[in-house]
Amino acid sequence: MTEKPYTGSNSLLESLEHEGVETIFGVPGGAILPAYDPLLDSPIRHVLARHEQGAGHMAEGYAMATGRVGVAMATSGPGATNLITPLQNAKMDSTPLVAITGQVGQAAIGSDAFQEAYTTGLAMHCTKHSYLVTDADEIPDVIHEAFHIASTGRPGPVLVDIPKDVLNQETSWSTPTLAGLPGYKPPSSEGHPKQIKAAVTMLETAERPVLYVGGGVIRAGAAAELLAFAETANVPVVTTLMARGAFPDNHRLALGMPGMHGTYTATTAIQRSDVLLAVGARFDDRVTGDVSAFAPGASVIHVDVDPAEIGKVRNPEIPIVGDARLVLRALLDRLNSARGDAPAPQRTAWFDQLGLWKTDKPLRYEQRDEGPIKTQFFIERLHSLTGGDAIIAAGVGQHQMWASQFWGFRKPGTWINSGGLGTMGFAVPAAIGAKAACPDEVVFALDGDGCFQMTFQELITASTEDIPVKVAVFNNGGYGMVKQWQNLFYGGRLSAVNLGTTVPDYPKLAEAMGCVGLRVDSPGEVDSVIDKAMAVDDRPVVIEVVTDPEEMCFPMVPAGGSNDVIVMGPEDL
Amino acid sequence: MSQHTLSVIVEDKPGVLARVSAMFSNRAFNIHSLAVGPTHVPGRSHITVVVDAPELEQLKKQLHKLVNVIKVTELASSDALESEVMIARISCDSTNRGEVGDTAGLFGARMIDLSTDSITFELAGTPEHLGSFLEHMRPYGVIDLVKSGRVAMKKLSDMARTVVGQS
Repeated sequence: MTEKPYTGSNSLLESLEHEGVETIFGVPGGAILPAYDPLLDSPIRHVLARHEQGAGHMAEGYAMATGRVGVAMATSGPGATNLITPLQNAKMDSTPLVAITGQVGQAAIGSDAFQEAYTTGLAMHCTKHSYLVTDADEIPDVIHEAFHIASTGRPGPVLVDIPKDVLNQETSWSTPTLAGLPGYKPPSSEGHPKQIKAAVTMLETAERPVLYVGGGVIRAGAAAELLAFAETANVPVVTTLMARGAFPDNHRLALGMPGMHGTYTATTAIQRSDVLLAVGARFDDRVTGDVSAFAPGASVIHVDVDPAEIGKVRNPEIPIVGDARLVLRALLDRLNSARGDAPAPQRTAWFDQLGLWKTDKPLRYEQRDEGPIKTQFFIERLHSLTGGDAIIAAGVGQHQMWASQFWGFRKPGTWINSGGLGTMGFAVPAAIGAKAACPDEVVFALDGDGCFQMTFQELITASTEDIPVKVAVFNNGGYGMVKQWQNLFYGGRLSAVNLGTTVPDYPKLAEAMGCVGLRVDSPGEVDSVIDKAMAVDDRPVVIEVVTDPEEMCFPMVPAGGSNDVIVMGPEDL
Repeated sequence: MSQHTLSVIVEDKPGVLARVSAMFSNRAFNIHSLAVGPTHVPGRSHITVVVDAPELEQLKKQLHKLVNVIKVTELASSDALESEVMIARISCDSTNRGEVGDTAGLFGARMIDLSTDSITFELAGTPEHLGSFLEHMRPYGVIDLVKSGRVAMKKLSDMARTVVGQS
């Protein structure tokens, strides 16, 4: 038997190994077929997803839990179009992701060939960059560039589309370079010294400062620098939905999440602040509410690695372009040298005020002994019984907000959710990706019934690939957040929000997919069902948690409203 | 809304123009005119784009985020050399052919086609020059007209700082 020639597919796998890839999430198909043959001989693990969207979210979950680049692979046409949602999701949440798609042979491109789609065109709006490889000799450089672009500056998704004939083309591998990127210069600086100095001066003299921390702090791996700086500066910290875990919730300076469903204290602290130091945050509409009424008295210092974020929504008094970790270090150094032996500003009045708000306007819910179960209660019990020692993945909606509100986060990478795009169905596949990356951690997907029904088939992936995630499905029989909006803003006319509570039978569905299926519908049994779930470690577990269909998520700032008007509960309506 | 001219140096690669124009539509900026062509540096193309936008800061930053974009320069009309090419077919007959030709000649237009009932002119110049030419041709009847996109370059006094490829 003659030796097989070394092809583009071999080069692709060797390039991925060169980038340190250990796990790929994917689904094979015609155009990507050549790449799946050398995969058999590669040390890279391939997790066979049941849908390309699942593969994409798994790669995101992998990346969010580890900070490393997640990799998804799919075939041409529908394989690629099914990846579009994860690509846009990763773009919105700045998640490092490389997607590799097969493409029809170059001779057939543009002919409406079987399973042809203009993938690089489709991906143009939902990636940081994309490639169509036309020569197998380019593969090492393109893959190297793709990983570099995905993981540097503001991270994001990169798509590499490879026609089948290129995968089959005879080639050789050579050590890649970044010479082909003359226009890509991500800022990696610690910020301009003059700006750093001005920022420290402004912050030190502030009476009511707030550190407004976004997901960029997590992406930059800057949690330790944030903690050191916040403590030395003696400034309270709010963490956005994407930044949960960047700062410990049990810290005296932690105010929790701001915005539409944030804590009263976090949202109001920003409103009353005189200096707002935003780090790796993008003044999203879910945080600001009505922009013209947002933090009206604050001078803004905005630190971001993406210059386009600075001034996009709010013009800062002091813009600082740089890497969050390096900038926070520079700010701390400057703070220490500027302050000398002088004590930190005490800001007693400000901290007294924050303490009063925390006491007067806490997050709250009422759990009656007889039920129904409140999602918030289950989340608090889960936190208590696990000691908070778990990676949490969420879908989108009420349960996501409650998870963010009631899970006391302690470290980065433990909160995996779809913030910017709000992709329902994210939790199950993202949890699988996180568990594949961190097999020794407990990974718990907290999901709604609506979300679960979008992607639950990936639990078959979890069972067959030996990725024992745990899933709590909060079954309130419908799209809870949509129903809440219809109740609040459409006079209670409920349209297309009820999913029913009788089908599917979740425990049976779970068992059919090779998982342990559990069900709980009374508050008194919550602890024991969690104990049962925690005792299983060889298979995925699904707990159906039958919850109160009428419960609404508060606090709430109605969309587009001023953050000065916070609805704390039904009594405020 | 005001018009701004941007000079954009990009890598000469397939799909780059699509990426640039996609970003404009994605961010809801309206392109008034766009011209693209190679520069004297191999592998580099020059895009001149005229946009209707209230302000350019965000647009420039978004352009810079495109991986294939190498340099973005805003050209205020006061310090830009701007030019467009126009081909215009003007109605005329034996009685006024001479008059049309003379008038067009005053603008430096070149006749490139002739028929019994029309003359076709080619003219290059600033947008204002082309506009003025058209004003004078309109009374005779403009049968057909095509314009290239506007191309622009900084005036020499500023060139030292922005030599292509040495940024």
